[in-house]
Amino acid sequence: MNFMASKQPENSLLGPESDSQRTLYPYVTGTSVVALKYKDGILMAADMGGSYGSTLRYKNVERMKAIGKHSLLGASGEISDFQEILRYLDELILYDNMWDDGNSLGPKEVHNYLTRVMYNRRNKFNPLWNSLVLGGIKNGQKYLGTVSMIGVNFEDNHVATGFGNHLARPILRQEWHENLSFEDGVRLLEKCMRVLLYRDRSAINKLQIAKITEEGMTISQPYSLKTYWEFSAFENPTQGAVGSW
Amino acid sequence: MSKSVIEMPPKGGFSFDLCKRNEMLAKKGVNPPSFRKTGTTIVGLIFQDGVILGADTRATEGPIVCDKNCEKIHYMAPNIYCCGAGTAADTEAVTDMVSTQLQLHRYHTGRESRVVTALTLLKRHLFNYQGYVSAALVLGGVDVTGPHLHTIYPHGSTDTLPFATMGSGSLAAMAVFESKYKEGLTRDEGIKLVAEAICSGIFNDLGSGSNVDICVITKGGKEYLRNHLQPNPRTYTSSKGYSFPKKTEVLLTKITPLKDKVEIIEEGDAMEEE
Repeated sequence: MNFMASKQPENSLLGPESDSQRTLYPYVTGTSVVALKYKDGILMAADMGGSYGSTLRYKNVERMKAIGKHSLLGASGEISDFQEILRYLDELILYDNMWDDGNSLGPKEVHNYLTRVMYNRRNKFNPLWNSLVLGGIKNGQKYLGTVSMIGVNFEDNHVATGFGNHLARPILRQEWHENLSFEDGVRLLEKCMRVLLYRDRSAINKLQIAKITEEGMTISQPYSLKTYWEFSAFENPTQGAVGSW
Repeated sequence: MSKSVIEMPPKGGFSFDLCKRNEMLAKKGVNPPSFRKTGTTIVGLIFQDGVILGADTRATEGPIVCDKNCEKIHYMAPNIYCCGAGTAADTEAVTDMVSTQLQLHRYHTGRESRVVTALTLLKRHLFNYQGYVSAALVLGGVDVTGPHLHTIYPHGSTDTLPFATMGSGSLAAMAVFESKYKEGLTRDEGIKLVAEAICSGIFNDLGSGSNVDICVITKGGKEYLRNHLQPNPRTYTSSKGYSFPKKTEVLLTKITPLKDKVEIIEEGDAMEEE
């Protein structure tokens, strides 16, 4: 007796869940994350903005979090999915600690776990709408990797998500080298974040830089970058072409 | 009164009737053939004595590189040059057209062309065609009023800037400009920065590649540095050249012409009737 037949969507090939439970578009999003390996570990930078479409809704979103003792996770994309990922990782780290065997999950392991999670979610047409950057150092081995929302993962000496791929990676490819000092690394990251601030509409001038070394993870207080707007050509741009812009 | 059977000439302007049909076909999956695009990095910057324009040299037809060393910096006037990105045919045609219009205007006025003239002619034409002429241009030059640099978008809007980039590699090149540009650059510093920006596009963008072309325009004149940098040479070419294996032995050579040579009449053009 089936008076109330369950509401099956037309495309029930995709499974029993109804459409309203699948991620179709992101709502509150964070913009790029940029990270690089330096002498003592990993440096990662992200701004603190959460955009709601074209509005800058939240200006105090921490998009980088420490995972366990050895890793640092930064995310761009849907903020709620990032928070969900943090809960999955919390559980993962908790179970790892319960073994109490002196061993702890390193960045490579966490990165692999995240890749599996992201890829399997995408296969079910219900992705976690994030691009993640996972960096860390364990037993002297530095590790920096990235996973996208469709499960593409790779590791490199410097990574970026979103607009950072187009604007920051060319700079990093040219100017990164092995054994950067902390100051040089921060300067390089700030250079990238400044270009992103100028040219990415969803970037805001309030960023944090996180550092992870063997000693642990520290994340700076939010601060802003100095920008330069005093080019004489900007003061009266249409001097030579009156009427245009 | 007889019914007028005179063919009325079309009212002028572009007829957009087929555009709707094309959109409908594209939605059904029938795509037009891919045309030659200059997926590109083009840049311009103003330095203390004038303008420097730069461009890469790769032209693509979909995923294939169809021209490894094409010229994207087009001549507009002795003191004005224009880099073009987008559909190669559109950038060539539109810059050629405005260049000839400028020359006629020079004859008419007896004066050196101004950059704003070229700018206005280009943007009027592009706006007229509502973005269907897919040409994104970086126009630079030095005239009596000083050095000027403009970008022109396919829909007809323009910007006046101290440094500008266009094309698929524009973000990579802009990253270099935003971090390294300052005012009052010397000629060598300017050339170095432009070359760096184009190289950034060449190595970080798939639509750009091959060599770097540079054009320096100052009040005194212009300097067109074709293939100023060649950061992508052919590697692994055999240094000893190609030698073919030992041929078969030649025993006898006899050449018999198949027909007698034709008598050539000296006077008279072959095209003339007599």
